[in-house]
Amino acid sequence: MLALSLALGACGEKAQTAPSARKPDSKAWDAAQNPFVVPGWKSGDKASWESQMRNRAAGQNEYSNAMPRQ
Amino acid sequence: MARMKFICDSERCIECNGCVTACKAEHDIPWGVNRRRVVTLNDGVPGERSISVACMHCSDAPCMAVCPVDCFYRTDEGVVLHDKDVCIGCGYCSYACPFGAPQFPGTGTFGMRGKMDKCTFCAGGPETNGSQAEFEKYGRNRLSEGKLPACAEMCSTKALLGGDGDVVADIFRTRVLSRGKGSEVWGWGTAYGKPTTGTPKPEEKATKS
Repeated sequence: MLALSLALGACGEKAQTAPSARKPDSKAWDAAQNPFVVPGWKSGDKASWESQMRNRAAGQNEYSNAMPRQ
Repeated sequence: MARMKFICDSERCIECNGCVTACKAEHDIPWGVNRRRVVTLNDGVPGERSISVACMHCSDAPCMAVCPVDCFYRTDEGVVLHDKDVCIGCGYCSYACPFGAPQFPGTGTFGMRGKMDKCTFCAGGPETNGSQAEFEKYGRNRLSEGKLPACAEMCSTKALLGGDGDVVADIFRTRVLSRGKGSEVWGWGTAYGKPTTGTPKPEEKATKS
C-alpha cells in the first residue's frame, strides 16, 4: 500500500516549466503603420494580402516578364 | 497559404553581395552583424559556386528547440522570429543552427555578447507592425507593407528568390527545365525537409529531363 501510494504520488506532480514571456505578434496582413505600404491589398484582409504576396513573388520570374509566351 | 521560403540559385549568383548590402541598409544593421552573407566554394577555381545564406526559416528549426527561454516563434507564414526582450544572448541557437544565421552584436561593455539578431524574412518582430520600436529591434517589416524581403527583391540576377514557397518553386522549376541543370539548392533539404510523396519537387523533375 505504501509503495503504491509513493508510486502514484508522482502522478499528481504539476509541471514546473515556466511559461514563456514572449509577446504575441500581430498578423502580417495587418498593414504597417507607415507610409511605405504598397497599394493593391487591404489591411486586415488575409486573402488580399496573400494574393499580393503571390503577385509580388511571381514578379521575380523574368521568363514571364521578358520573354513572350509561346 | 504556402510557407514563405528562400531559394538561392547557385547557377546565377555572381557574388555581388547586393543582397548583403540591401539587408544591411534596409534594417540599419550595425557593424559586425551580417544577417545575410554570400558564401563561395572553390573560390578562384573554374566552376566556383556562390550562394547567399541567411536564416532559412526551417520547418523544424533547431534554434527553437534549444532556446532555454523559448524566445522563438513561428508565424502563420512559416517565418521563424524571436522576441529580443526575452532573449538572454546565451548563443545556444548559434551552435544549433546549420547555416550560422544567429548573429550577436559585440558592442556591449567589455565586448559582452548582446541579444541575438538574425534574418526576419523582413517580417519584423512581436512589436506593432511598422512601429519605431519594431524597427529599432528587428528592422523594417516589409511583409506588412505588402512587399517581399529586400535581399530577394534587390537581387540583380534574380539568383535569390523569396516569397510564397509554391511560387518561387515554380519559378525555379521553370529555370531548371529551361537550362537543363542546376537543380541542387544547397541547404534546401536541411531547412525544408526531404521531398515527400506527391507532387514532384523541382530537383526530381530536373533530373528526369
